[in-house]
Amino acid sequence: MNVYIPILTMAGLGGLFALFSISIAPITGPKRYNRAKVDAYECGIDPTPQPIGGGRFPVKYYLTAMMFIIFDIEIVFLYPWAVYFDTLALFGFLAVLLFIVNLTIPYVYEWRRGGLDWD
Amino acid sequence: MTFPEIAWVQLTPVIIMLGAAAIGVLVEAFAPRTSRRPIQMFLTFAALIAAFVMVVINAGTFEVIMDGAMAVDGPALFLQGSILLIGMVAALLISERTIDPSGDAFAARASAMPGSLDERQFTARGYFQTEVWPLFMFSVGGMLVFVAANDLLVMFVALEIMSLPLYLLAGMARRRRLLSQEAALKYFVLGAFSSAFFLFGTALLYGYSGTVSFTGIQAHITAQPQMLGLLLAGIAFLVVGLLFKVSAVPFHAWAPDVYQGSPTPITAFMAAAVKVAAFGAMLRVMYVALGGAVWDWRPVFWVIAALTFFVGSIIALAQTDIKRMLAYSSIAHAGFLLLGVASVSREALAATMFYLVTYGLATVGAFGLISLVRNESGEATSLDAWRGIGKKSPAVAGAFSLFLLSFAGIPLTAGFVGKFSIFASAAAAGSVWLVFLAVLASAIAAFFYVRVIVVMYFSEPTEKTADVVMPSWATTGAIVVGVAVTIALGVFPQPVLDLAMSANIFVH
Repeated sequence: MNVYIPILTMAGLGGLFALFSISIAPITGPKRYNRAKVDAYECGIDPTPQPIGGGRFPVKYYLTAMMFIIFDIEIVFLYPWAVYFDTLALFGFLAVLLFIVNLTIPYVYEWRRGGLDWD
Repeated sequence: MTFPEIAWVQLTPVIIMLGAAAIGVLVEAFAPRTSRRPIQMFLTFAALIAAFVMVVINAGTFEVIMDGAMAVDGPALFLQGSILLIGMVAALLISERTIDPSGDAFAARASAMPGSLDERQFTARGYFQTEVWPLFMFSVGGMLVFVAANDLLVMFVALEIMSLPLYLLAGMARRRRLLSQEAALKYFVLGAFSSAFFLFGTALLYGYSGTVSFTGIQAHITAQPQMLGLLLAGIAFLVVGLLFKVSAVPFHAWAPDVYQGSPTPITAFMAAAVKVAAFGAMLRVMYVALGGAVWDWRPVFWVIAALTFFVGSIIALAQTDIKRMLAYSSIAHAGFLLLGVASVSREALAATMFYLVTYGLATVGAFGLISLVRNESGEATSLDAWRGIGKKSPAVAGAFSLFLLSFAGIPLTAGFVGKFSIFASAAAAGSVWLVFLAVLASAIAAFFYVRVIVVMYFSEPTEKTADVVMPSWATTGAIVVGVAVTIALGVFPQPVLDLAMSANIFVH
């Protein structure tokens, strides 16, 4: 059974740390409130003023941000491939080509559905 | 440097499904609005049928492909075939457009705010969404990979391909949209949380064995029984991720809300196919990769199985909504299936696979019937609305009773054969006392199934009783398939049992 003791100890330590952090934060943390701090967190748009019930807000920002993430990920994969281009040879080239084709499909979808029109 | 050989033939079902899904996205981009639906439907059914044909052609394959990343063997092919069959009947439900006067089961535009002017205008203009089809195909494609994944990373990617489209689909109901969006959000947040558990388990098992391949992990467990801490913690986290997907107690809390809120065709697909895929993946991980550590995880599975079938059966007693009741019933069934996983024998594997296919097809049929009982605000799922349905529509009540009796495991239905073979294999594996508990839980479960039958037949229709709508051939077909399979496999189960028995060895 002794193999379980380190696991239980670890779980216990994890729980203690969580409890410690939660209980110590309100005591030691500085409390300086300002407008931005008490606002609801929204990325990129003003949370207020808004009509009752949320109302409409533009989703253009989210579409752009999502597209950025897609191409960012593409670069993340392309960079190591470029570094090892010689070793990976034709197989790697075809695999990356397939990857780019697959990434292009949602891009084409977004373009055709007007995701790229700002207005 | 050597490159993995691509096993094109063995991969065709997956390539067809995911390829069709990608083409489906392009159809959404280029085809004119009016022709999208027929093209998408053609694409979906053609892909499902073609993939199924390829699974049948591949039958008998027994090898590890793609450098050990995927396994094509009996269980993989049997479960892929089951998923594709369930996908076909679920796609029939998705294509239904006659039972709701305002269109199909999906919101005209999921982006419109519920109750807003936009929403009313979109509905009035008769808009409908065809993105449902590519999303559905992606999900099926993910499931096909999920049951064949032979390393933890491929399994994780498959898990996400399967789940992400479902999170979206859950939020697209035409009626009761807030409930549907709540379901989608809960499913997404909890699903992402459990995926993180799965990934963390993968990392720990990699730390333990230095590989993510099932064969490698198994070899490491056999060869070096040290650093057990990492192994045990890894198993625990991995199993949490998988148990969430099959809605085992204590990871079941999402199921009732998600089942109730999702569009009914999606609930049917999710309840049936996800269960098949997740149990298929769980069987492979536990049998192949972690089979050497069976005495470390088996007791946990016993406890979770017992908890799952008792909690599912007992809470189902208190439900007054048919969809929620079926959700708790599916939790109870997950418990019975976990018995099969914990038994770790070839008989148990075959029994579990048989149970999955019969349960899946009956579930799709049952949800198909639920979509027919409606009042002016959409589906009437409260038990009061089903009072006296037997007098209004004997056919619907009869078919629903048959499914309920099969879920309860009454002889001459497929559910009985499934339950019997799982219990028999669990008893043979030595957990007789657990089988006693399972039979007790089945008896409790039978009580609430029979209660619905009593409500349908032995009470007079009241003014609250909903109407039964005549469906098109699509929903009728899905229900007929469910009924036929439930009766045929109840009376004459041997061919499928034999098929499952012949497919009950995992390739290592």
